[in-house]
Amino acid sequence: MTWALRDSWTATLRDLGHWRRQPWGLVIGLAFPILLLLMFGFLLGGAIDVPGGYIEFLFPGMLAVTMAFGLETTMTTVSEDVQRGVTDRFRSLPMSRIAVLLGRATADMLASVVSLAVLLVAGLVIGWRIHEGIGDALAGVALLLLLRFAFLWVGIYLGLLFRGQGGVMAVQILVWPFVFLSNAFVPISTMPGWLQTLSAWNPVTATVAATRELFGNPTVPASGWASDNVVLLAVVWPVVLSVVFATLAVRRWTRLGR
Amino acid sequence: MAISTTGLTRRYGETTVLDGLDLTVEPGTIHGLLGPNGAGKTTTVRILSTLLDPHGGTARVAGFDVVTEPAQVRRHLGLVGQHAAVDEILGGRDNLVMFGRLSHLGTRAARRRADELLERFDLVDAAERPVSTYSGGMRRRLDLAAGLVLDPAVLLLDEPTTGLDPGGRREVWRAVRALVAGGTAVLLTTQYLEEVDQLASQVTVLDHGRVAAEGTPDALKASIGQDRLDVVVRDEADLAAAQTALRAVAGDAEIDLDGRRATATVTDRVAALTHVVRTLDDAGIVVDDVILRRPTLDEVFLHLTGSMKEAS
Repeated sequence: MTWALRDSWTATLRDLGHWRRQPWGLVIGLAFPILLLLMFGFLLGGAIDVPGGYIEFLFPGMLAVTMAFGLETTMTTVSEDVQRGVTDRFRSLPMSRIAVLLGRATADMLASVVSLAVLLVAGLVIGWRIHEGIGDALAGVALLLLLRFAFLWVGIYLGLLFRGQGGVMAVQILVWPFVFLSNAFVPISTMPGWLQTLSAWNPVTATVAATRELFGNPTVPASGWASDNVVLLAVVWPVVLSVVFATLAVRRWTRLGR
Repeated sequence: MAISTTGLTRRYGETTVLDGLDLTVEPGTIHGLLGPNGAGKTTTVRILSTLLDPHGGTARVAGFDVVTEPAQVRRHLGLVGQHAAVDEILGGRDNLVMFGRLSHLGTRAARRRADELLERFDLVDAAERPVSTYSGGMRRRLDLAAGLVLDPAVLLLDEPTTGLDPGGRREVWRAVRALVAGGTAVLLTTQYLEEVDQLASQVTVLDHGRVAAEGTPDALKASIGQDRLDVVVRDEADLAAAQTALRAVAGDAEIDLDGRRATATVTDRVAALTHVVRTLDDAGIVVDDVILRRPTLDEVFLHLTGSMKEAS
């Protein structure tokens, strides 16, 4: 077990080395959510009427969306390592086999913590505030990271699953409707009925709604069991996704030789 | 034995890629595994490096079974696959230190080993530069170094020079030769007859996952026959005359006809060339090209698999 941890840390250090050599990689990664934030907040936001102000409504949604899009980063990195033969080299070394996946998970979670911190500062700059206690706010941040963790395992699994570029690109495109079919940008109540049901059960919606509550940002009430139990769902969804996809990813990993 | 396999089989879906492969590689030698794409070379390397499970037969590397003792195999094996499997963003030294740590050398020993290998593969000046700035030959040398972090008893090289320019190819050959002097056994897969000629002391020719021929490179060449003489006539109608001219020097050997080209196996190369050129010139036949050359791998291959007739 100690080797598993040490090897995971070595694999994590590889990513930290990337940050040191290419710090702009992290910066570019942050530019995207910040651009989306400015675009929706100031360009489109004027046309979206939400009690309590659109920026405050939007910001927790933006954070959750950034966490969800982390799936793409993870998936692309994993898939590139497979294609370039780096994964094969790792698998031919006398290292702990699970460490490659654990290292990937640790590095991506660390990157997400940094991104989240920067985004929170950006939010404060454009006028977003927390209105509940600091404990609640931290709970909100924890829920966001939990969502990232769940999508990280989805990303690892899909990255191992698709050998070619085609599958990776398909997922990159499909992530968009999945993320936008939520309450992140507009209240669910503005959608047609069947979309409301889909959106209400979207894991992203649960995290967004729960984070809004915990930050004390404006929420737009929606009806239905899913909408009444957002905090519960914001915990259950990611935990279920993590368990399912971590199991699938590890299975896929151990069976790469089949 | 450094490597020994008996009756190794592997399928992908319905396709049988390895069909009962028996292979033996002695310690401290370079063993060439020669064959065209799809012959099963890479599959063999992947099974030996524990990346792929065999469907039948056994394989031992450095005395350990790849299926039942994979951890031991990995401790005694270096793999250099077809792609330069190194981190592109990190520098050469960081890469080697990482692979050393992942091979459980300990941080200090990993650093020391990285420095040794950088020195040995002439990469000291480039050690801190990101690998993405390396030339093809440098990348390959770093890849070789990464495969040698543990000073393995057995090194698997899967088409190490494919895609390299002649300079890069020579760099890699030099490095591989130096290795064997240090006692490592090398299994080298390649599509190039010349590479086997330059490096290997023993060769196995693979065809459809089976051994088509085995022996020293010289023995292999002797079995294939001698030089080839190609005559390309300008007018296809003159091909018969070219065939007749070649017949006089080729003896009983088959003469291949392909478009405007006639090809024969010849023993006395200079006499054959002189005779054919003179005969055709006397007959007033316009010749576009006359080529005296070694057999290509295709010809070696067709010869060894006995499908020469089928192919022509």
